[in-house]
Amino acid sequence: MRPENYQAQSHPPSNEYELFIGPNHPGIEGNYAFKLKLHGDVVLAGKADGGYLHRGFEKLMEGRLWIQNIALVPRICVPDPVPMEVTYSMAVEDLCGLEVPERAQWLRVLQLELSRIAAHLFTFGGHAATTGMYTTSYWGIADRDLILDLFEALTGGRVYHIFNIPGGTRRDVPPGFLEQVSQTLDYLESRLPDYDNLLFTNQVFITRAKDVGAMTQEQALEWGVTGPNLRATGLAFDVRRDDPYLVYEQLEFDVPTEAAGDAWARAMVRRAELKQSFRILRQVIERLPSIGGPVRAPIPNPLAWNVPAGETYARVESSKGELAYYAVSNGGDKPYRVHVRGPSSMHAVQVLEWLAEGARLEDVAQIMFSLDACPPEVDR
Amino acid sequence: MSDIKYKDKGSILNPLKTLQFFARKPVTEPLGPRPATETYRGFHLNDWESCIGCGTCQKVCDNAAITMVHVPEAKEDPIKGIRPLRPAIDYGRCCWCALCVDVCPTAAISLSREYVHVCTEDQLDSYFMLPSADGMHGTPYPEGWTKTPTTDLVDLEREEMPELEPQSRSDNFDEIVAGYDAQHALLEASRCVQCGMCHDACPTHMDAPEYIRSIWEGRPEDAVRWMYQSNPFSHVCGRVCTHRCETACSIGHRGEPIAIRWLKRYAMDAVDHERVKQIAAEGRVQVPTGKRIAVIGSGPAGLTAAFDLVKKGHEVEVFERLEKAGGMPRFGIPEYRLPYDKLDQDIDVITSLGVKIHYQCEIGKDRSMSSLRDEFDAVVLAIGLQLGRSTRIPGSEHIQVKAAVDLLRMITLREPFDIPKSAVVIGGGNVAMDIARSLARLQKQTYGEVQITLTALEPRDQFLADPVEVKEALEEGVTILDSRGPQACRIDDQGRLNGLCTWRVLSIFDEQHRFAPQYDSSDEQFHEGEMVVEAIGQMADVSLLGEDLTEALEWNRGRLKVDEAGRTSEPWLWSAGDCVNGPDVVHAVADGHRVAASIDACLATQDLHEV
Repeated sequence: MRPENYQAQSHPPSNEYELFIGPNHPGIEGNYAFKLKLHGDVVLAGKADGGYLHRGFEKLMEGRLWIQNIALVPRICVPDPVPMEVTYSMAVEDLCGLEVPERAQWLRVLQLELSRIAAHLFTFGGHAATTGMYTTSYWGIADRDLILDLFEALTGGRVYHIFNIPGGTRRDVPPGFLEQVSQTLDYLESRLPDYDNLLFTNQVFITRAKDVGAMTQEQALEWGVTGPNLRATGLAFDVRRDDPYLVYEQLEFDVPTEAAGDAWARAMVRRAELKQSFRILRQVIERLPSIGGPVRAPIPNPLAWNVPAGETYARVESSKGELAYYAVSNGGDKPYRVHVRGPSSMHAVQVLEWLAEGARLEDVAQIMFSLDACPPEVDR
Repeated sequence: MSDIKYKDKGSILNPLKTLQFFARKPVTEPLGPRPATETYRGFHLNDWESCIGCGTCQKVCDNAAITMVHVPEAKEDPIKGIRPLRPAIDYGRCCWCALCVDVCPTAAISLSREYVHVCTEDQLDSYFMLPSADGMHGTPYPEGWTKTPTTDLVDLEREEMPELEPQSRSDNFDEIVAGYDAQHALLEASRCVQCGMCHDACPTHMDAPEYIRSIWEGRPEDAVRWMYQSNPFSHVCGRVCTHRCETACSIGHRGEPIAIRWLKRYAMDAVDHERVKQIAAEGRVQVPTGKRIAVIGSGPAGLTAAFDLVKKGHEVEVFERLEKAGGMPRFGIPEYRLPYDKLDQDIDVITSLGVKIHYQCEIGKDRSMSSLRDEFDAVVLAIGLQLGRSTRIPGSEHIQVKAAVDLLRMITLREPFDIPKSAVVIGGGNVAMDIARSLARLQKQTYGEVQITLTALEPRDQFLADPVEVKEALEEGVTILDSRGPQACRIDDQGRLNGLCTWRVLSIFDEQHRFAPQYDSSDEQFHEGEMVVEAIGQMADVSLLGEDLTEALEWNRGRLKVDEAGRTSEPWLWSAGDCVNGPDVVHAVADGHRVAASIDACLATQDLHEV
């Protein structure tokens, strides 16, 4: 017998449920959570939940001398730290009107492209792993380590280089370094067919990645997508070519695109970019010895360095997309405000949420990694 | 646009491709010790011999990982700018950015190629290390990231100071050093790393880091405020101080020290004199204490004591024998180094606070010590060193053998005397340079040419005079002969002075470091001169004390014995300045502060005539 006051409660359908991906292993380079609402294995809605790597860098920078922040910025994006140092330095140089010596500019390009290769190798591995092919991730990380060896020889640090400071770079290349880079490039180039066989022409990967997480060019532009993710929708926009910084104007390279806008297209754009980076590095290796002069402009005493009041926006093309620093100085020895425009903030929050809608559960991790979002850069 | 060919349907034999990997090397590497690269940024190394404990590494450290730790066995020498502090690194915070290496003024810190440290839970303290040259675990590792000219973040070169060229200064008493303008002062101030070695080395402990910072921030008024905390003779010290601060400056260990003296001068010149007076009067006690203090001598020591005491609310009267105040800075230092109007400004600030100066009032003649004792609560004796010492060589009693201090005083007072066509100066200190260069200017004005010979006991590299003084004297035509010991003044038959005979000096001090010069009599030289000037030191003229007081006071080898605060054995009498410490302006200022503090403390609690 049911009591008289019994009222049937409405329950959600038993095949709809919530699932938390992360924050430990969301299939992304760092701690990040993604909350899903599923119907069976189809995603009804996704909610990005970051903040696990929030270290308050932008606020911390306001309390530190301009030069001290150089040790802070690479930590904003661990897999691709060089653009962070270079962009921050470019912002400070712009505020101070510092002219960077030409050799330092070439050295920066060298590091930026090495960093891009390292970051893409890392991403291939991750992307492949989300489709169940772990060998690529082992190989990717092992080959990335060769680039870290180069960074160790050049900067003294494997991951956090802290090598570019406002005014230029801290040192010149060590003897024999360019040959070392050349050899590593030869090796990495010889590895590309292996990666093709293992991943890019692998029917398993193609089937898994095609038509997954697709967006149109209009959507991409509306959502603020940049970098390889944008180029995978068919728009050839690259800061290096369209708003050249450093010496990119003097370098020959193509801006590869794909039309499909899906996870597969994004992977293919990155793979094509790898070759362009090799091409740029070959040119740098050829040109660098002919460029003399210092690697750093004279800078004031770092403990008594007032940067003239003003604001600036410096941007570069990082492996993840357009990275920019908006820096404001009130004329003091510390920044008044530094804002990091990280490409991942868009990719890992809004774009991910929209692309996940309607996707299948097993593809969610792949969509995340195919966007190449970097949680430490989202949280900062 | 992809450049790789893929097929939608692969071959069924594709998996067989993997067989080739049996013949390839694995991409992974076996684990094992791996040497770091040549510029690796591993654990710190610190060369304790060259580390001076300045703490600049601590300041630049972006993670606050460095703590300066007191190390008792490390050397301490504030005069040379060495503190017994060494950086300890908290490796829980360090990020190995090596900014500490790049900024270290002495290049003592470097990073090694050592990168492994493991500890168990009970050894967590082992992450807090005091690095030495031995490395993290006592095993020497080669250096990794070290300082190189491109990585150095310290600016070792001083902003250039505009000066008069020798030809445009050698016949006049115009000030030689032009002083920095605002832009150059700011640039020079920006080199400072704020270590405070200068503060420790300065006898009066001027807040140099603070006023340099104020100058860098473009606030010279604040700089002047910092200066008046510890030095009411900032115009004088900004020009002629012996700048121990610069000797101790940590930048000076590898490069040119910060021009602290010129920065002080810049700030004083940049602020309006009336504003300086207002700043100096800040913090003055408004309620008079009713105590009266007499100061004998209006030099830096006496007037500094007067400045302090009048600010504490006491009434101060200064007694000066000559017609103008200033003491040695006025009557001993030539105008080309210290223009009199700048000295007047310093004195004007002090008198504007209510210090009363009685000019041409000689104690012992116009007034007696006993009358001062009766009339005042306390008396400060700051009479300086006014008597020139004599070599007592044969002929040194001749009328044309003069004491440098007497001549300098006559030049200041513009008292006429016969300018010699040629002169010999004995001495290698700053006073010798002053009189040689002053006489050179007078000769140039009168005769159009310079004929001055300066003979010093010391070899050139051990001269007591400032190297800049020596260099400028040479530029102005003074002949400088080192290692020459004076033997006799040669007087001709008519009783006229002809010059000085010297022998070469073999050694100056004996084995016990006592003054006992040894000469080589075979190497005799004669230096022609109508006048011989002795500039070998000064002594105090204590005749003003009177017989009774001289008898009552305690003495120490001819000098008045004073305690640490400058108080003599008579409870109402203090003594300060050159007559206690020997000649040095900034030392005299420090001494003035010391006796003023002591007098103020004593007067607050006791009547000194009843002690």
